[in-house]
Amino acid sequence: MRAVVWSLPDLDGPGIEEPSLAGPAQDAAGTGWLDGLRWALSDVRVLAWRTLARIATTPEQLLNVTLLPLVFVLLFSYVFNGAIVFPGHGSYRDYLIAGIFAVNMGGTAQGAAIGMAVDLSTGLIDRFRSLPMSRAAVIVGRTVADLLTTLLGAAVTVLAGLAVGWRVHASPASLLLALVFALMFGYSAAWAGACVGILARGPESAQAVGLTVIVPLSLTSNAFISTASLPSALQLVANWNPVSVLAAACRRLLGNPDPAAAIHAWPMQHPELASALWSLALLAVMAPLTVRLYIHRTGR
Amino acid sequence: MIEAHGLTKSFGPARALAGLDLAVPAGTTMCLLGPNGAGKTTAVRVLTTLLRPDAGWARVAGYDVATDGADVRRRIGMSGQYASLDECLTGRANLVMIARLSRIAKRKARCRAAALLAALDLEQAADRPVRTYSGGMRRRLDLAASLLGQPSVLFLDEPTTGLDPRSRLTLWGIIGDLVAMGTTLLLTTQYLDEADRLADRICVINGGRVTAQGSPAELKARAGTSLLRLTVSATVSLARAAEEISEYAAGPVRRLAGQHGLEIPVVQRPGLVTEIVRLLDAAGIDVDDIAVRPPSLDDVFASLTGPVAA
Ligand SMILES: Nc1ncnc2c1ncn2[C@@H]1O[C@H](COP(=O)(O)OP(=O)(O)OP(=O)(O)O)[C@@H](O)[C@H]1O
Ligand SMILES: [Mg+2]
Repeated sequence: MRAVVWSLPDLDGPGIEEPSLAGPAQDAAGTGWLDGLRWALSDVRVLAWRTLARIATTPEQLLNVTLLPLVFVLLFSYVFNGAIVFPGHGSYRDYLIAGIFAVNMGGTAQGAAIGMAVDLSTGLIDRFRSLPMSRAAVIVGRTVADLLTTLLGAAVTVLAGLAVGWRVHASPASLLLALVFALMFGYSAAWAGACVGILARGPESAQAVGLTVIVPLSLTSNAFISTASLPSALQLVANWNPVSVLAAACRRLLGNPDPAAAIHAWPMQHPELASALWSLALLAVMAPLTVRLYIHRTGR
Repeated sequence: MIEAHGLTKSFGPARALAGLDLAVPAGTTMCLLGPNGAGKTTAVRVLTTLLRPDAGWARVAGYDVATDGADVRRRIGMSGQYASLDECLTGRANLVMIARLSRIAKRKARCRAAALLAALDLEQAADRPVRTYSGGMRRRLDLAASLLGQPSVLFLDEPTTGLDPRSRLTLWGIIGDLVAMGTTLLLTTQYLDEADRLADRICVINGGRVTAQGSPAELKARAGTSLLRLTVSATVSLARAAEEISEYAAGPVRRLAGQHGLEIPVVQRPGLVTEIVRLLDAAGIDVDDIAVRPPSLDDVFASLTGPVAA
């Protein structure tokens, strides 16, 4: 009645040197910090791949990432186009797309928050913790994958924008720079989201908290409207809002109309620098905090 | 290989471990047996570095679980009470991912995943998402995941709960082979026959501490006497038969329900049955059937665990 199919030496197939059972069978050759870093990067790659591979079996996960930008572009450029008073020269559509692009980037936080909370609600994290892997890699892998997913949504925004008549007037270098600022903001937002996901009691509360932060943040920015007409208190918020800052930076770099350039607030005068500082500051605070919280939450 | 001393762990007011001592020599199998809430899972989680004990220490594969967690994790495999897998990935992708995270090179990781999928009879389902798996398939995949790193110490928390009899036998076979190859194994179970069959030593735990331990045979011997069942031909008076063998009875003799026979507690020793048969034969009593049943682990369990812990 014994299982005859079983034989461990076959585990590595023919032609691979049989590892001895006496020691650990892993391939971690050295224990120096360089090897540690190499393996940590490998962990990040594997975990980012995992998050993306999940999408392959449940593609509907991508619906909100891809459909929402499309809806935004169409809704604002056709339905609200007439209702929104846009000052100065240039078309509202030329103005709008960079705003939606910036909102997309901020939305990375939502994906990371829900994803992290879902992971923590399953037993998978226990499995990870019983492996000789880097613990921070769980969050780094998650945020990298969420950023890649966001890029897909951003691509939808760009394509839909081009379809409704949005045009850029910029050099390749400026385009690249706009992309770098966007990636920086998206990535640091992902860390903030991961932090929320770890603090949340479960996926539902992560989603709720994420929405209550992201929706007001997007609506009090210059993403969809020109903030020049806002009451002064709100204008202060809008001018320092990281979404506004990124949108303004992108508009300037892409040669799109940027009425905010007339606003005498430091972030609106130097949106590129302001955006970079925002992202770096957010990441500098969130990364160590999130890793600490993660280790505490999954603690021993 | 596994050594624990005075482990305690409380969750708020609930005391999950109350000074647990364990010793599992290399290459042997230890079974933790205990009622619900006894602290089995907590013990496994402490030994696999998932939980930090409040007090006490433990060493696994020569490393302290509190201070050398990474070294411990590099040498152990574990399959928790609840399968810990990614529901949205395929079975194969889960295994490859876990192998890669166990720091196994890519090609080797694929080979091992394939070999384990075949060994655990999961080839058919290998490329389906785990959320479409049955409970038993998940269990087997989780076991496969725990074997990827070729651990020298393996922890299995209720590995056969929810498996059908055939899968259970397969798993028992695999476990037996792993042990034959020198793996040190600590498993928990609710099934006494499983402990009986797999374990070199059994630790009965209740209320977070060890209440009895020993080999299955020793524990059974502790429950005391065996039971001799004797059926005789209908013409013989049971009272007379009872009187004839009264000197062997180690306790009160009972009549067998629905049969013309007796149940006598005896102290089992070689030659006992032959002696009794000769004695009855000499007394002119026709024996239809005679058998000695050793005490089952169920008897042991009942006598050692007492009332189920809250
Ligand atoms: N995370 C936790 N928070 C609070 N109490 C806990 C936690 N984990 C375990 N306990 C408590 O610790 C005690 C031991 O639990 P444990 O899971 O170790 O039991 P077990 O022997 O594995 O039981 P079972 O046979 O039901 O799996 C129980 O009283 C349980 O309520
Ligand atoms: Mg348990």
